[in-house]
Formats: sequence, C-alpha cells, structure tokens
Amino acid sequence: MTDLTDITGPADQADPVAFPQDRTCPYHPPTGYQPLRDGRPLSRVTLFDGREVWVVTAHATARALLSDPRLSSNRLHPDFPVPTERFAGVRDRQVALLGQDDPEHHRQRRMMIPSFTVKRATELRPWIQRTVDALLDAMIAQGPPAELVSAFALPVPSMVICGLLGVPYADHEFFEEQTRRLLRGRTAAEARGARDRLEEYLGGLIDDKARQGDPGDGILDELVRNQLRDGTLDRAEIVSLAIILLVAGHETTANMISLGTYTLLRHPDRLAELRADPTLLPAAVEELMRMLSIAEGMQRVALEDIEIAGATIRAGEGVLFSTSVINRDPDRYEEPDTLDFHRSARHHVAFGFGIHQCLGQNLARAELEIALGSLLARLPGLRLAVPADEVRFKPGDTIQGMLELPVTW
Amino acid sequence: MHIDIDKDVCIGAGQCALAAPGVFTQDDDGFSALLPGREDGAGDPMVREAARACPVSAIRLSGPAG
Repeated sequence: MTDLTDITGPADQADPVAFPQDRTCPYHPPTGYQPLRDGRPLSRVTLFDGREVWVVTAHATARALLSDPRLSSNRLHPDFPVPTERFAGVRDRQVALLGQDDPEHHRQRRMMIPSFTVKRATELRPWIQRTVDALLDAMIAQGPPAELVSAFALPVPSMVICGLLGVPYADHEFFEEQTRRLLRGRTAAEARGARDRLEEYLGGLIDDKARQGDPGDGILDELVRNQLRDGTLDRAEIVSLAIILLVAGHETTANMISLGTYTLLRHPDRLAELRADPTLLPAAVEELMRMLSIAEGMQRVALEDIEIAGATIRAGEGVLFSTSVINRDPDRYEEPDTLDFHRSARHHVAFGFGIHQCLGQNLARAELEIALGSLLARLPGLRLAVPADEVRFKPGDTIQGMLELPVTW
Repeated sequence: MHIDIDKDVCIGAGQCALAAPGVFTQDDDGFSALLPGREDGAGDPMVREAARACPVSAIRLSGPAG
C-alpha cells in the first residue's frame, strides 16, 4: 500500500503523463498522477493511442467546464477523445443521455427524472432494505467466509435496477458478463460484441413488452406504454436508454459497495466511529464517494476555443476530467487525502457536474447507505479474509472497484 | 429573499431537495419546486448551499437573506 505523502521529487512538467493509469492503492489516485497534482488547474496528458489531450484537475475549473456548452459529449464527433481501445469499438453509434448534447439530451433526461427523484428514492428504501436483508441472510447462512462482490456488492444494485427497469433478474449472469466485457474487455471487438448482445437482449425484451396487452410497472414498461406508442421515442432510442440505465445502474454502485467496504476496513478508526454513530452514514457515503471517485476520466471534445484558467483549449481538442484528483483539490478540501466523515464532502464531482450529472445519484445514495449500514450492523466482526495487499482491484482504464473481496466475520 | 427556479434548465438532479429539504422539493415531473409557505426561503441558511449545489445553476437568489 503506497502512502501518498511518501511521494516526493519534482514533477516533470515537460512530458505529458499517461492517462489513464492504474491505481497503486485502490482508494487513492494513481501515484503516476502526482505531476497532475502540482497546482495547475489543467494539464496535458497522453492517451493510449499517443494523442495529447487536456485533463482537468482543479475543482473550480472542473465545475466551470462541465457546465460549458462549448464542450460536447457527442462521441460521434471525429475529434472525440478515445481513452481506451475498447472505447474505440463502441463509438460507432450514438448513446442515450451521456452521449447527447442539449437540446436532445434534455428531451431524453426529462422523460427519466420522475423515476429518480429524492422522493422516489426515499419511497424505494423499504424495498431496498428487504433486498439487502435477504442477501445478507443468505451470505451469513453460507459463511463465513464469503466473497463479498459476488455475494453482496453486485447483487444488491443488480436486483434493484432490474426491479426498477422491469428486467428479469433471472438474466443477471448474462447482462453482468456482457457489462464486464463492455467496460473491461481487452479489445474493441470484445466491447462491440458485448454492446451488440445487450442491444439484442434488451430489444427483445422491449418487443415482448410491446406485444403484451398489460405490461408491468417498470421504467421500460412505462417507456413502451407511453413514449413508444405515442412516437416520442423509437425502439432504438429505448434500447439505448435501457443499456445505459442497466449498465450504469448496477456496475457503479456495486463498485462503490465493494471499494467502500474495503476502504472502511482499511480505516479501522473511521469504521469504529461509524459503527458507534450510524447517523454519520449519509456523510460517510458522501465522503467515500469523494475519496474513491470511481468514475475517472469523463470525456468531452471542445466545439470552440475556450479560454480558461490561463490556458486555451482549442476547438477539436479533447478534454478529460480526473475526478479522483479534482475531488482532492486542496483549495476545496482540507487534508484531501484523509477520510473524514465530519468534513462537508458536498460539491464533490464523483457524480459529475453540469447537465450530465448522474441521473441515478439519489438511488445510489439510498442503496449505499442501506447496503453499507446493514453490512456493518449485521457483521460486527467483519474483516478481510486475506492480506490487504493481496486483494485484487480493477485496472485504471475502467470504473474503479474491487475484482473480488474475500471477507470473514 | 426571492428564489427563482428556471425549470427549462433544471435536470431534476435533486441536489436542492437534498441540501435544503425544508425549502425545496421536486414536483411530479421531477423538477425543482418550492414547498408551500417556504417560497421566501424561510430564513433557511441551506438555501444558498442548495443554489450552489445545483449542477446547472437553475436556482437564482435575490434580495435580503432571511
């Protein structure tokens, strides 16, 4: 485990650092990003294909640029930055919501927001609690030990998003595997194949719902019943929305549960503090989201020249956002590398900022509070079943989290 | 204090309702709305926090606090 404070030595500003890089410790930014933390609000980095792009690292600059309509999310734009080989395999098609600019983005988003309000997330809490309790019952009956990702961290959000969308959970092994290939596949062809299989599966599901006289009450059922029938959305748009909601709805939260648990187990004083005072839970979840910043390297392309923070971003240049560095901007957060449930972690950009800020953030908060709170309450002796430095976590070019988390109690 | 919400800009993130639940809510369409009787912010210090938390700057505050 590398302690960030051990890193010294001058930052080499002449050579752009590679982006993205693997983390050394799963809850700290990669040590290779240290040159990006020297106080400059944005820097040049080099992508896997050799292209140089900007990476934004200052909190105020990130908020300004993520709100700037001169930066586009359209991945069909020929100059859109391609952070990984697999991404190159899936940028042949427009994606709903996160790949759209306004006004089309706003049209899609406003159809979705009634299902993801704070009020709706609050209404869902008892059902989420029952889901979490049943999974913990099963895990406790079979253990100790347990592998927490497959027994708990992944099934919680997977069951929740299936119930919300109206996707049969019985198909979870299929869509979780395709999601893994889409987000962590080695090649462009692997990612494209996974995207195509998800499209085929969800397209078939939507056709089934459209044929039924009385579809269920999931979000996809409602899109079929209302938007598809009145022509507001066509089949391809609903399939694209379904992929985004299904993939983003389970993969991100699963990573926060696994990495959040690991981080708490590596901070025994904070863990004891949280156990002693469960009212700290919402603040702890917010602080974990700030510190872990699992969605790294959001991408945009500049449509016009933009003067910001003493730099000029030229039209056609790529702009990435290093959320892990932005969320540790010392001008915004005191002792940013310290896990502290008493700071105001609010205003972190772990959910993004601007028009694309996470649609599911209120659902995610509810799931994380219930999952982490119940896990700690039910298993007072929870600990790692293997040495901490042997636990495998995800590479830096995807959403950050644990590959597996062997625990005992 | 006068609170103006631009519903054409609002993306329904719910940050206002989360930051200042005593003043803000979300209507049936998910857009930011003011709770009845709290249209002036009711002196809630979290109103400024709510405006700052809005990811699309849809909340404008004017006039004296409180």
